[in-house]
Amino acid sequence: MSVLWIFIAVLGLSLVGFFAGRTRAIASGGGDIRVLHSLPKHYGAFVSTAALLPAVIVLALWSVLSPAMINSSVASLLPTSETSADLALNDVKRIANGLDQAVAQGRISKDASYNFEGTPEEIAKQLGAVGIALGSAPDTATMDAAESYRAKAEKSRFWRGVAVLAASVFALLLALRVTDKEFRARNTVERVVKGLLILSASIAVFTTIGIVASMLFESRNFFAQYPALQFFFGTNWAPNFRGGSDLGILPLLWGTLYISFIALIFAVPIGLFAAIYMSEYAGPKLRAVAKPMIEVLAGIPTIVYGLFALVTVGPLLRDYFAQPLGFGESASSVMTAGIVMGIMLIPFVSSLSDDILNAVPQTMRDASLGLGATQSETIKQVVLPAALPGIVGAVLLAASRAIGETMIVVMGAGAAAKLSLNPFEAMTTVTVKIVSQLTGDTDFASPETLVAFALGLTLFAFTLCLNVLALYIVRKYREQYE
Amino acid sequence: MKDIQLENRAVTDEKTKIAANNVNVYYGDTRAIKDVNIDIKSRTVTAFIGPSGCGKSTFLRCLNRMNDTIDSCRVEGRILLDNEDIYDTKVDPVQLRAKVGMVFQKPNPFPKSIYDNVAYGPRIHGLASKKADLDGIVEDSLRKAALWDEVKDRLQAPGTGLSGGQQQRLCIARAIATSPEVLLMDEPCSALDPIATAQVEELIDGLRTNFSVVIVTHSMQQAARVSQQTAFFHLGNLVELGDTDHVFTNPTDPRTESYITGRIG
Repeated sequence: MSVLWIFIAVLGLSLVGFFAGRTRAIASGGGDIRVLHSLPKHYGAFVSTAALLPAVIVLALWSVLSPAMINSSVASLLPTSETSADLALNDVKRIANGLDQAVAQGRISKDASYNFEGTPEEIAKQLGAVGIALGSAPDTATMDAAESYRAKAEKSRFWRGVAVLAASVFALLLALRVTDKEFRARNTVERVVKGLLILSASIAVFTTIGIVASMLFESRNFFAQYPALQFFFGTNWAPNFRGGSDLGILPLLWGTLYISFIALIFAVPIGLFAAIYMSEYAGPKLRAVAKPMIEVLAGIPTIVYGLFALVTVGPLLRDYFAQPLGFGESASSVMTAGIVMGIMLIPFVSSLSDDILNAVPQTMRDASLGLGATQSETIKQVVLPAALPGIVGAVLLAASRAIGETMIVVMGAGAAAKLSLNPFEAMTTVTVKIVSQLTGDTDFASPETLVAFALGLTLFAFTLCLNVLALYIVRKYREQYE
Repeated sequence: MKDIQLENRAVTDEKTKIAANNVNVYYGDTRAIKDVNIDIKSRTVTAFIGPSGCGKSTFLRCLNRMNDTIDSCRVEGRILLDNEDIYDTKVDPVQLRAKVGMVFQKPNPFPKSIYDNVAYGPRIHGLASKKADLDGIVEDSLRKAALWDEVKDRLQAPGTGLSGGQQQRLCIARAIATSPEVLLMDEPCSALDPIATAQVEELIDGLRTNFSVVIVTHSMQQAARVSQQTAFFHLGNLVELGDTDHVFTNPTDPRTESYITGRIG
């Protein structure tokens, strides 16, 4: 029985359970639903959940545990050494899979597939016909193992169907048994829903932990091969895939911070001023049109911003600023990437700040205006100070985005790692180098590729600190006006 | 009704401070105030009473043009402050509000220190050139608002950390720090407990020596206690205006009588 059919059967049972539970509940109340503890639909939902949930759990457990058990029992049949065990097992699985497909396509009968006669070359040929290419003709031990694997897998599939359906039916009957007018079906269903919510929340948390753990693991490998001091304090970035590379993070960090700094210098005032205009001065009609238009900027993919940097902003800056002022000849520059990234961040800053400014109570503005302050005095002295923690939070979140940005940097600032103060020179950032270290043929063993993980971890630590700082500031000052 | 009245309720000054002629206020198409004519005398406490939604707060906010901040609001008619039309295009509402201060229903201190709250108005209008002058204004205002003794040791503490009654007195101190000529109070005691209310009422009576006070209130006892003049609003009409004693003991309009005896409202 395939997973799909098991699933359809369980869903059918669950549907039957819904109506059965409802009917039984109504019957137990003598047809009067007011004497029931819960609404009939809650009893239905309870029985239907009972039919579904245990079955899904059994199915999931079976799908995880059974392949592992089959693998270990088949691996013991193979006479190979430790190192190539995985490869041999893969061969076995491919052959088994190929035979299954050959049976499904009607090339060989099911009986014949279990007692396959013929030379290894014929077998390889048969398998090749169904699209399974083997490196070499299989030996007898592999063939035996494949046969054993197929037999076990088929048995497992059969018992999986039986177990899942049995779990479903058993739970359904049990649920029907407890269904009567006293039973608190509503509370039970709500508990199940709560469990689902907890599960969703924990998946997000555990994924974060998993990401950090995998980065930590690979970074440890890197630091085993490359001295940490040289990585964190090295001023030269010159990876060389033949070995002997300099992998100092400082030029990359400098580029990251420099470009982010210019982006923020650009985005924060413009975004903030736009937000002040939108929330304090603009009429409702203008606001309804202008605010979505600013936010359209946020929907543009960063690669399109990158194109804008590459073909418009870069050459413009080079022709009108860098060359006449003698700063350099390069169209890719820190300035180009910074400005375009700043444009990208404007809606981010303005939208968040706008919400924060709107959250300042109107009574504050009334109080100030009532004392004879002008609107701009009110904004400067009352609204902005009250909104400041939120605005700082918005700016720090924008900074985290700037630090993590890749595409605009690749196309706007180039890929040359450099420590320089000249904003019209090409530089690059941590993210760009992570990409370039991992593109192409990589073996995840040399420090030149593993450095990507150390870079990623450093970047993650950086943005994490910024986010924590933002949260701290927002929390500390949030309750000043109530 | 007169049991806990404050002494000396005669109107001490007969000069008209604010005169309103045929004032109509519209919110969009709704007419909230209908042909109101009223004279508010200087150095007098005038109480606006009336059931909820009768337009007394709306009318109060017309007196310092706070309704300008509401987009849909439109004011017709003439309101004269010392014989000058405050809705004239020559009048800057900012200047007007410096002369006509306002205290709101809910205490709304700024999230600043107590000192900065009171010093806000004087700083904006440049009333004090030296730090010592400003200190003087702050102390004087806090004394007038009967808050000085409670906060003199913690002037740098945030104003939002005070209790509700103290916050409201802080707001009153803030409003009188700019030495307005008229003080508008929109239900200043509705968020306060009886003790804080009594303190604020005493304060209002004290303010009468310097300012003309207009107070909107839902409590008829409060109106009777603190005011010399009472105006009764009903459904956007000014029904009756007169000496407080007269309005409460011998109302001329049957609607006023029904309201103060609790039959409509």
